Amino acid sequence: MVRTSLPTRWLLRVLAVAYVFFLVAWPVGLLVRRTFEGGFANLADALADPQVTGALNLTLVVAFYAVVINLVFGVTIAVLLVRYEFPGKRVLSALIDLPLSVSPVVVGLALLLVYNGRDGFLGSALEENGVQVIFSSPGMIMATCFVALPLIIREVVPVLHEIGDDQEQAARSLGANARQTFWRITLPSIKWAVVYGVVLSLARSIGEFGAVKIVSGNITGRTQTATLVVEAKYQNFQQPEAYAVSFLLVMVSVACLVAVAILRPQREQ
Amino acid sequence: MIWFSLLVLLPLAAVVAAASQGGWSGYWSALQNDQTWAAVRLTVTQAVLVTLVNIVLGTVIAWVLVRDRFWGKSVLDVIIDVPFALPTIVAGLVLLSLYGQNSPIGIEWANTERAVTLALAFVTLPFIVRTVQPVLEELDTDVEEAAASLGASRATIFRRIILPSLAPAIAAGAALSFARAISEYGSLVLLSGNRPFETEVVSVRVLTFIENGSNTSAAVVASVMLAVALFVIVALDLVQRRVARRW
Repeated sequence: MVRTSLPTRWLLRVLAVAYVFFLVAWPVGLLVRRTFEGGFANLADALADPQVTGALNLTLVVAFYAVVINLVFGVTIAVLLVRYEFPGKRVLSALIDLPLSVSPVVVGLALLLVYNGRDGFLGSALEENGVQVIFSSPGMIMATCFVALPLIIREVVPVLHEIGDDQEQAARSLGANARQTFWRITLPSIKWAVVYGVVLSLARSIGEFGAVKIVSGNITGRTQTATLVVEAKYQNFQQPEAYAVSFLLVMVSVACLVAVAILRPQREQ
Repeated sequence: MIWFSLLVLLPLAAVVAAASQGGWSGYWSALQNDQTWAAVRLTVTQAVLVTLVNIVLGTVIAWVLVRDRFWGKSVLDVIIDVPFALPTIVAGLVLLSLYGQNSPIGIEWANTERAVTLALAFVTLPFIVRTVQPVLEELDTDVEEAAASLGASRATIFRRIILPSLAPAIAAGAALSFARAISEYGSLVLLSGNRPFETEVVSVRVLTFIENGSNTSAAVVASVMLAVALFVIVALDLVQRRVARRW
């Protein structure tokens, strides 16, 4: 291996570490310090506030449903994309990536236009049947599903490509029906990719802000999720509580990162 | 398929439909609004700036992570992913604690253009690092050694051998980080102060339109952002297929 000269190596090393330290590590560290400035008082205050606990509850419910829905449809679409040929497949596969690069604000607006109760394309019909989508949890779940949609699919598709369909064909030829093949052959082999995708979309679902803000209407105590509470608290000059809720969110995302780091080697085996 | 249409296709089509409600003239006049134009200009300049920073520093970080060896490297590796996992609003709050009021290092960038740069740099940090890293790991060092034995200097080796093989990965990462920077919203809410003509980005502009009830103008601006997103995806697809062909 060609050795890079010592000064260059040190220069690059210091540059990389300093950039990451000033941009990510120090700010996050400061947040943790500010949360615990008065011991556990900030955290306790925040957890005693019904606005905060309600929001945390709602976040968990919305994230749970979004992840379950994405799990079912993500795996279905991934299998569809890899195992079947149909017209428009390339277009579909390109559109799957769209939620990753489109602004959450645009996502919120798009859902608002279709599902709002007044002049929405589907919203008014749904409203007459007693289903309110916008400004209530179905809309928030949809927005969360939208932004987290590609994560599971993008994890599962390469693995499905890699394992090929030899085993599935063998199972078929031995008389297994489609369902048995899926549960006994396909699912076990993509298990880790699915788990990995679930962890990623859980992190994304809990952290979603822009799309949910528009769709939920941000009604205090009713449709306010944890990320929205952080904004509201901060702007109400209740910074300690904002820091405390942020700290909880940081903990969740760090936990997701750790889970991913543990899962990764297992998948490579 | 139906779920996908209901969730993604129909709403996005509705945006385009709503945008075209006023015809071409309505479309242009919405875009020509001074404040909107200022927001577009700010967003694009900042996104380009941040992408350039990422191209240089992202490649450096990826290089350090793959080729260098030092104490704490695995920590650095994990920290790179933090901006991915952190909720954007928390990202804004976190940056505010170091670069806002009561900053421990005496820098106060909140509510200025710098804040926008900072927030975008934070959320787009992982993209180039994570696209370049695997390519660099796979890269054979034999070619570099051959070049060195033939008398090429280190700079030449980097320019002629390493850089060309990393270029597609860098391009892909740059496209992703540009798209992300254009569409960023959450981290800017608290940090940039959203001052019209100064620190207001496109996403915030769209939100203001929605809150004022002018869905058509919001849809017009949103459709432009949608077009940029689509363009980036198509470009990425082309880059990846060219690379695939070369292998």
